[in-house]
Amino acid sequence: MDNHLVTLAVLVALLPLAGALIAGLFGKKIGRRATHGVTIALVGGSFFLSCYLFAAIVLLGHPPIDAVLYHWVTTGAYQFNVAILLDHLSVTMLFVVSFVSFMVHIYTIGYMADDPGYERFFSYVSLFTFAMLILVLANNFLLLFFGWEGVGLVSYLLIGFWFKRDAAVDGGLKAFIANRVGDVGFVLAIAAVLAYFNSLDYHTVFAQVPTVLGKTMTLFPHVQVSVITVICVLLFIGAMAKSAQIPLHVWLPESMEGPTPISALIHAATMVTAGIYMVARMSPLFEYSPAALSLVLILGATTCLLMGFLAVVQQDIKRVIAYSTISQLGYMAVALGASAYDVAIFHLITHAFFKALLFLAAGSVIIALHHEQDMRKMGGLAPYMPITYLTFGIGALALAAIPPFAGFYSKEAIIEAVHFSTTPGAHYAYLCVLAGAFVTPLYIFRAFFLTFHGKKHYQGEVYESPWVVLFPLIALAIPSMMAGGMLIRPLLFATPRLLGASIFVLPQHDVLAAWALDFKGAETMALHASQTTAFWLAVMGVATAWIFNMARPEWTDHLKTRFAMLYRILIAKYGFDEFNQKVFVQGTRRLGEFFYKVCDLIIIDGVFVNGSGKFIRIFAQMSRHLQTGYIYHYALAMLLGLVILLGWFVLGF
Amino acid sequence: MISLSDFLIVAAILFGIGVAGIIINRKNIIVLLMSIELMLLAVNTNFIAFSYFLGNNVGQLFVFFILTVAAAEAAIGLAIMMVLFRKSGTIEVNKLDLLKG
Repeated sequence: MDNHLVTLAVLVALLPLAGALIAGLFGKKIGRRATHGVTIALVGGSFFLSCYLFAAIVLLGHPPIDAVLYHWVTTGAYQFNVAILLDHLSVTMLFVVSFVSFMVHIYTIGYMADDPGYERFFSYVSLFTFAMLILVLANNFLLLFFGWEGVGLVSYLLIGFWFKRDAAVDGGLKAFIANRVGDVGFVLAIAAVLAYFNSLDYHTVFAQVPTVLGKTMTLFPHVQVSVITVICVLLFIGAMAKSAQIPLHVWLPESMEGPTPISALIHAATMVTAGIYMVARMSPLFEYSPAALSLVLILGATTCLLMGFLAVVQQDIKRVIAYSTISQLGYMAVALGASAYDVAIFHLITHAFFKALLFLAAGSVIIALHHEQDMRKMGGLAPYMPITYLTFGIGALALAAIPPFAGFYSKEAIIEAVHFSTTPGAHYAYLCVLAGAFVTPLYIFRAFFLTFHGKKHYQGEVYESPWVVLFPLIALAIPSMMAGGMLIRPLLFATPRLLGASIFVLPQHDVLAAWALDFKGAETMALHASQTTAFWLAVMGVATAWIFNMARPEWTDHLKTRFAMLYRILIAKYGFDEFNQKVFVQGTRRLGEFFYKVCDLIIIDGVFVNGSGKFIRIFAQMSRHLQTGYIYHYALAMLLGLVILLGWFVLGF
Repeated sequence: MISLSDFLIVAAILFGIGVAGIIINRKNIIVLLMSIELMLLAVNTNFIAFSYFLGNNVGQLFVFFILTVAAAEAAIGLAIMMVLFRKSGTIEVNKLDLLKG
């Protein structure tokens, strides 16, 4: 049984790789139809195997499997393996990743239909799926890092997919660089884990946590810091870059330069949640570092609220959803910080469904309008594309946390978790997530109304997208409606919980246990939503969006002029980009210029290279005068030398 | 009775004149050769003086060697000087500065 499941898990990961290789190497030879046929079949196979694994481990309760496939590196005391871990958390993620990836593969047929890079695109998407599945399946930090870098690479390739556009190239570069910043933290964390735990395997590391618990290290002179805290903070720096938390979020909006299926798959549903997954996976470490949890909580809360505001002022439909993604990732980070890892994964799952849905629906609009993304040029599209309209609406309702859609349960769970949390900063985070509950419906329904309602601004015919586009929309809309209510009990309140032993929570941090006393079931929760603040905030958000965009659009302009200062700050995205540009880009350039001018030109070129040449030349020019060519001068010199040597010899100096 | 030191002083004076001839002379290479000859003779004088006063004939034997070699050297030196004159048309020492830097 074990071997059989391991083989299947390996297949789950390798099938997309095979697809990527076939599409990448032979795509042009076998043609478009064959390319998408092969890749979709392989990813579909991967999805069905994931379902099987999910059923075997989660539903039938097969014990977790930790299997070594291959000895990667053996060096002295350490051994690094390609090894997989099949437990509740990883198979759940497998299921989500392969499902969304499968849907996006199908959708791509429609979205990329007239793109010359069709085969290349399929190859990349399959490669991404492979890397993401490896990331999820890994049972040690090194393989996790392999997947981590793999998805980062494909993300870069796909943001810059239209490499003739400058914006796309710049966006890819920005994503790559921002992620490198995070990777520094991640690599240092891995190094610290290896140094203090002597192993990189999850179970070995987690088993040793109690022995490392009391250890401290000197970061700065005279400052002792707990090792666990250092490791957790460094890990979270890695997660910050990948999961776009302030201040490393800047790359995610730029990543919207990539094709929309990618925005849905990589930059909304799966890759950006890798950071969240990683922190949840590392819960046995994070649990012992209140400082790191607090940092996660506060940064998550700040990200959640501030990025929500930004989404309100965006005009590009994809950017609205991009900022919304950052904001929702902030929600997940808040859940992590509140030690409610199950809740974070819950929101990750529901978010994967409804955010992929929103992106794909937005993509459907973009196809219909011939790659027009500006919402001011949309409007009134509802009658022309009813299915897109309906599915986008479902996604928006789910995102806005209106019961009984999926987002309602997961977001409500986060808010409750923070409410019960005792981590320092929980009060601040609670306020942020409550405010976020108002802002989220505001921006997403603003996008919804501007796109589908009101006057039609687009000149030209608009048609509903083909079925390859609509099928994934519908397939994602169903879980966006149902997943929340179905999953909340098994994920959060059943004993044991769905994620089982994958997640470790200290008893005093167990916010879910506190909340479980109030929990009466999913239906009751939806019916009694009207008693919660968050629900009314969400309704107010929708109403506000309606008033300012449909009923009284002129009020928007009025607000813009009234709060011009605030508006400018939002348009400038709080100046993060300017700050990075001024401090890091210009600073680096200035520093580079300084080193170029001073160290390179003056010291190395001036002093060492040309200086030594010049010195030799001057020295030779001076010493050539000694060489008169007259024999009597030489004779004199010889004599003098003789006298000196003799004198030395005789007088015995 | 002439003492050893007298011989040595004469030899030293001769050697000094030879050296001075090489250094001071600016005109003629022949004078140079002659100066070298003078220095060799000073050395010979020393040999003979020591040989006589120490009662060892080997010193005088060496003088014959030196005289022979000096004769050969003078012949070669004059030959080189002839060739030099043919090439550069001068034997003035202060005009021969081909190795000037």
